[in-house]
Amino acid sequence: MTSDIAAILGIDGIATGAVYALVAIGTVLIFTVTRVIFIPFGDIAAFTALTLAALDAKRFPGTGALVVILACLATLIEILSLLRAGEFRLLPRALAFYLVLPLAVVGAAWLTMRLDPPLAVRLVLALMLIMPISPLLDRIVFRPIADGTVLLLLTVSVALHFALVGLGLLFFGPEGVRTEPLTSLSTEFAGVLISGQTMLIVIAALVFSGLLYLFFDYTLVGKSLRATAVNRTGSRLMGIRPARAGTIAYLLGSLMAGVSGILIAPVNTVFYDSGFLIGLKAFVGAIVGGMTSYPGAVIGAVGVGILESFASFESSALKDVIVFSLLIPILIWRSLASLHSEEEIEE
Amino acid sequence: MTAMFSMTDVTVCYDNVEAVRNVSLSVEEGQIVTVIGPNGAGKTTLLMAAIGLLASRGRMIFQGNDIGKIPVEDRVERRLCLVPEKRELFSDMSVADNLLLGSYSLRDRSGVAKTLDEVYDRFPRLKERQRQAAGTLSGGERQMLALGRALMAKPKLLMLDEPSLGLAPLIVREIFRTIASLRDLGVSILLVEQNARAALETADYGYVLETGEVVQSGPAKDLIHDPRLISAYLGGH
Repeated sequence: MTSDIAAILGIDGIATGAVYALVAIGTVLIFTVTRVIFIPFGDIAAFTALTLAALDAKRFPGTGALVVILACLATLIEILSLLRAGEFRLLPRALAFYLVLPLAVVGAAWLTMRLDPPLAVRLVLALMLIMPISPLLDRIVFRPIADGTVLLLLTVSVALHFALVGLGLLFFGPEGVRTEPLTSLSTEFAGVLISGQTMLIVIAALVFSGLLYLFFDYTLVGKSLRATAVNRTGSRLMGIRPARAGTIAYLLGSLMAGVSGILIAPVNTVFYDSGFLIGLKAFVGAIVGGMTSYPGAVIGAVGVGILESFASFESSALKDVIVFSLLIPILIWRSLASLHSEEEIEE
Repeated sequence: MTAMFSMTDVTVCYDNVEAVRNVSLSVEEGQIVTVIGPNGAGKTTLLMAAIGLLASRGRMIFQGNDIGKIPVEDRVERRLCLVPEKRELFSDMSVADNLLLGSYSLRDRSGVAKTLDEVYDRFPRLKERQRQAAGTLSGGERQMLALGRALMAKPKLLMLDEPSLGLAPLIVREIFRTIASLRDLGVSILLVEQNARAALETADYGYVLETGEVVQSGPAKDLIHDPRLISAYLGGH
């Protein structure tokens, strides 16, 4: 391998890693706030790419129907739960949040699409349509078992991924999509040609990670999410509602996954089931960070991207085997090095 | 005076075991009420039920409203606050962030900066350490932070679970002085303590809890001279 090839593979790996990093940040965010290892984030990324492709082709994406169905289910479950608890005063808020808001988003997207919007608006529409999915899934699937063990939540999360793959096939069909590059610019750095899309991926990852950092450090809502992650009982005693914190975390995580889907769509052909590998590789990155550290997850995800890039050069067929084999030494190192938190001991 | 908080025939169960049985107590406005008793008597369980972290049977009235079935967060919004035995601080976050989060439940944010200044005036040590992570504080400082964080919510009733636990005698005296001074601010206090003497010296009224039941109650100044309590809890002095 020459140094030129190594540089190209390195840059390619950093770009792939940046995409995984966004999903990994979402995974860590959801896990720390809700204890759910949300495997379907990869599916959310893939669905965003498929949604954008449909919008590019002037078709209304299947995401709209998916959101409507999930909103109806979530509303039904929330209303039944409120009626059982005798909390009638919360019914209007439940209807507004679980039914009216998602339907308004789908309606707004549908109307805007009629106007043949430019790319920037289509990107926003794709994100708008994708963002309600995770919070609605949280209400339907995870909220009823919120007090379950991490293992139970993980098992359900894996099952949910398979259900989403099925729904993906139903709503998006079996064809793969590749969207147009967001930029045609390119530049040369140290003799290596870097495409604008690659730069955009890295810049977007940096910008969104930075925005998330500012949100956590400088807003009360951001701090309340961190507090829920650090100490669930303590945060409840401050009046922070875990369910609301979870919803915000799912929305932010979906935004990160959605952005990664938009960034990866012009580079890779995305199918309805492409999300699994994206989610799993981001998960490996998150594990490097111990599932609790954002910088650790970003470093891990970029490491996975670089390893994958070099592994594909050496043996394309074995690249996934090489990447996932990385998990074994990391898990051994983590289990030997990590201290268990008080909550884990109590559990 | 009117009871701002009352429990009537409250029972709390862990599985099928009754940890607290038919307990009735009340706290009047501006009063410090203490619950004393041996380890395992159900004191902490009682406070956990009062804040809503444990389910209970019986009636619980706060400022004229039945709060027995509403979640913890709604009780906190009504300014019923608990400083738990374990403090439950956000150890990775700074002292300032911990205090700020104490005010999370307040809808009117205009007075938060002023309340923060008042907390810093009351506990100057917290101001010195405002940038430091809560997990790095000493035991006494952690208790001050837990108290300060609860005060940020402008509580009407503050429930304190073993505030002196594990602290040096000098710090214990400081904590009890602070508790007594909160009464002057109009904060009602329900204090659960194993340090029965310090608790009764600070409180207006006391309840004695043994094996989940109230076995005795009365004005604190009477209980502190009760021969049975002196031999059982007050070290025979």
